[in-house]
Amino acid sequence: MQLRGSNQWHFLGSQILVCVCCTAAAFADPASPFSPTNIFAPASTPAKSIFGLSLFVLAVTGAIFLVVFTLLLYSVVKFRKRKNDDGREPPQVYGSNQVELAWTVIPVLIVVALFMATARVIASVQKTARPDNAIEVVAIGHQFWWEYRYPGLGVVTANELHVPVSDDNQSSPTFIKLFSADTDHSFWIPRLAGKTDLIPNHPNSMWIDPHEAGIYLGQCAQYCGTQHAKMLLRVYVQPRADFDRWIQEQRQPATVSAASQGQRIFETTACINCHTVAGTVANGRFGPDLTHLMSRDTIAAGAAKNTPENLRQWILNPDTIKPGSLMPAMQLSGQDLEALTTYLETLR
Amino acid sequence: MSTESIAWPSTAAGSRSFVETLHEWVTTVDHKRLGILYIIYALVFLVIGGIEATVIRIQLIRPHNDFVSPQVFNRLFTMHGTTMIFFVVMPVLFGFANYLIPLMIGARDMAFPRLNAFSFWMTAFGGLFLYFSVVGANGLYGAGNAPDVGWFAYAPLTSQTFSLGHSTDFWTLALLVSGFGSIGTAINIVATVLCMRCPGMTLAKMPLFAWLNLVMAGLVILAVSPLTAAQIMLLVDRYLGGHFFDTQAGGSAVIWMHFFWIFGHPEVYVLVLPAFAFASEIIPVFSRKPIFGYPVMVGATVAIGFISMSVWAHHMFTVGMGAAANTFFVISTMAIAVPTGIKIFNWLATMWGGKIEFKTPMLFCIAFLFQFLIAGLTGVMLGAAPFDWQLGNSYFVVAHFHYVIVGGIMFTLFGAFYYWFPKMSGKMYSETLGKLHFWLFVIGFHLTFDFMHIPGILGMPRRIYTYEPGRGWDTWNLIVTIGVFFQAAGILVFLGNLIWSYFRGELADNDPWDAWTLEWSAHSPPPAYNFALIPTVKSRRPLWDLKHPDDPDWKYE
Ligand code: HEC
Ligand code: HEM
Ligand SMILES: [Cu+2]
Ligand SMILES: [Cu+2]
Repeated sequence: MQLRGSNQWHFLGSQILVCVCCTAAAFADPASPFSPTNIFAPASTPAKSIFGLSLFVLAVTGAIFLVVFTLLLYSVVKFRKRKNDDGREPPQVYGSNQVELAWTVIPVLIVVALFMATARVIASVQKTARPDNAIEVVAIGHQFWWEYRYPGLGVVTANELHVPVSDDNQSSPTFIKLFSADTDHSFWIPRLAGKTDLIPNHPNSMWIDPHEAGIYLGQCAQYCGTQHAKMLLRVYVQPRADFDRWIQEQRQPATVSAASQGQRIFETTACINCHTVAGTVANGRFGPDLTHLMSRDTIAAGAAKNTPENLRQWILNPDTIKPGSLMPAMQLSGQDLEALTTYLETLR
Repeated sequence: MSTESIAWPSTAAGSRSFVETLHEWVTTVDHKRLGILYIIYALVFLVIGGIEATVIRIQLIRPHNDFVSPQVFNRLFTMHGTTMIFFVVMPVLFGFANYLIPLMIGARDMAFPRLNAFSFWMTAFGGLFLYFSVVGANGLYGAGNAPDVGWFAYAPLTSQTFSLGHSTDFWTLALLVSGFGSIGTAINIVATVLCMRCPGMTLAKMPLFAWLNLVMAGLVILAVSPLTAAQIMLLVDRYLGGHFFDTQAGGSAVIWMHFFWIFGHPEVYVLVLPAFAFASEIIPVFSRKPIFGYPVMVGATVAIGFISMSVWAHHMFTVGMGAAANTFFVISTMAIAVPTGIKIFNWLATMWGGKIEFKTPMLFCIAFLFQFLIAGLTGVMLGAAPFDWQLGNSYFVVAHFHYVIVGGIMFTLFGAFYYWFPKMSGKMYSETLGKLHFWLFVIGFHLTFDFMHIPGILGMPRRIYTYEPGRGWDTWNLIVTIGVFFQAAGILVFLGNLIWSYFRGELADNDPWDAWTLEWSAHSPPPAYNFALIPTVKSRRPLWDLKHPDDPDWKYE
């Protein structure tokens, strides 16, 4: 992700913090010191509130570390047994109530301070009410892909979430309802917000209001089975006009296809049991909606780029791209595969 | 029965056949032999769990590596976690508790020797059962396979729908069975500490070791029971048509989390309190001072015991519990840092003004202090719920708990091995090899676990068999994996030292460290039934009183 003016401080802050964790070694990786998923490079209000809190917590814990570490180092050096030791036992000290009181009360005060700062951020993130202009998205976790629905806008898509950017004058947040179709998952775009789990029978919600356009990455953060690792998240934050145009396009049913040979294969094999192509007979819901497949940059929840070769490879045998994914290899002949891929490529 | 006539049956005696010796060990009810069985059993599993960890780290050494398949990787981390918690750390700590508590409180055995043997064999059976899944659990692929649901086995991944075959059942039953063993041993420890102390040893005069293990045992009884209940409910779900956790029939995935963590969090204190116990014995002896603030240490231990029952849902901050519940678990979690901090300060104060001798056990304890400090502080970070929304379930959490479990518990445990080896075997270990082990392990540990925090901060979730390049995770993962090889070398040196010293080491006398607790007054190794005459004590350091009749402790306590 590129640096932008307002963010430079956050990057700087995060750099310093990473240094706290690992001092010199932080510089050992000049190739990519920053990461597109760095939690210390927040770009949306919830992530920023968390970042503010984490700076405070890091400062407090860092100070405690320095004090106690110094004491430890000092006592190990100062009170080591010397070469010329006289062999007598040191003075036997059993304890001291004053000292004990001091190192009970001070930590209690520190804990109270940490707690109050934390409670404030919990409230500010969890208790924010949904403003009227907010976009509403329903995210449904599946083994091992994401379904997105925009109720009210009539859009269904998969794996690549599009949301409008907020600017300083007008915030246009997106509120996401989180459901699971099978096992637990967790929605985590580190630069936009903390993670929230998707749990069957336990609807959750979260919100983001990204302030910069761009692509934000993340991935499923709750173990959900074989391909948990390749259940990647991509959020496209777009200027309002681009977002509206995207919505318009996504609302359209599939354009009537010229590649009817491929469409026939699609509709006479099991594909339609699992996939929807709006405007055709295909209305399966087990797999991603393919109505606008070609409008997506990636396939299989970010596991591969959306290129004709990858598509062909995927349909021929999904296991070669994502072993253990729940789409079966359909044993198609080369000819059918070619026709099918051509058909899919018309789904723009 | 005359106690003098019962000598330690030495394996080297040659008068017994192998079968007779084996029979003696299998049927033994002696607390020392059971202790050693626990310890050896745990060491075997340590090697197995360690190999699993190494394979996991080799797979993650670079992005898109394909050293193992995703299916195998998921089994590896499940088996690694389950093995390390239930079949390495718990048994080894029970082993030391079994061996040492009766000796320290001047008793001839545990309160219930036969329950003791029963518990050991239940635990042992649990571990073997878990690994039998590798050949026995018929799964989706027709062949046997190990469980792959993760060590906390969140529902509904464990339901029949998502976990075909029997691998999950092996996991469930293994924990169920070994859980009975744990509860048996816990009851035994409580009874022994409360009822078997020698004359003069009031509760306020028993070694901190006994106190810490007493609280640990109490926690085991409280914590393992809900786990056992949950495992039975899971079995009911899987085979009797129950719907406790079956979300497709209206069950609750969240209830499983509560059941698991109300076990899981106290469990981490079950593991760490015995580590505190080792540190509380070793640090004073090598600083040549009594433990600082004994009553406060006891109070802090009991406080930790209570508070640790009320913090479980800090493992569930991302579950969507609502602001009020999150806030409650923040304050309870942070509260536990206070007694924990008090303990660190008291250990420091014990060293303060002493004459610190850097023998291997002490080196491990000093490293423990340093590492446990950091682990506690990263714990506080995770306890700040919003920070946890970012860090939770990432490699940062993995680094945090390995800092506690390896940097804290394993380090004191190694210290304990070296410290009590002369007592248990009658031989001295090699100090040179001990120090080599220490330095290899310190280097390896810090390479692995310091750098593991960073990919977590950079957004790397845990439990992924591979990752994308270009996220800034590559270098850190490489360093982390390199550290593993240093740790493995350290473990080899450690095992080599134990074996070599057992056969070739110098003879140890009864009290090689000039220590103060009762076990050092017994023979090395102690005979069956430990003491010919039950000792009488007047203070917390009976051997100090003996060695310094002019300046005994009981005048000051
Ligand atoms: C048993 C159900 C099932 C059948 C049958 C099936 N798929 Fe899929 N398909 C899936 C699932 C599940 C996924 C998501 C896989 C993942 O990302 O883990 C998927 C993903 C895809 C994708 C990638 C979509 C994206 O945006 O990531 C394409 C393209 C696709 N399938 C095409 C086909 C075609 C063509 C057929 C018929 C030859 C077919 N599928 C048959 C279940 C099925
Ligand atoms: C100051 C004391 C401590 C605090 C405040 C603390 C806090 C936390 C928190 C909040 C988590 C949850 C992180 C998450 O999953 O998102 C956690 C995880 C964990 N902690 Fe600690 N902790 C402390 C000490 C310990 C100790 C003493 C142990 C072990 C003996 C321990 C072992 C673990 C383990 C095993 C996990 C991870 C469980 C898992 O997800 O697999 N912690 N800790
Ligand atoms: Cu997942
Ligand atoms: Cu916990």
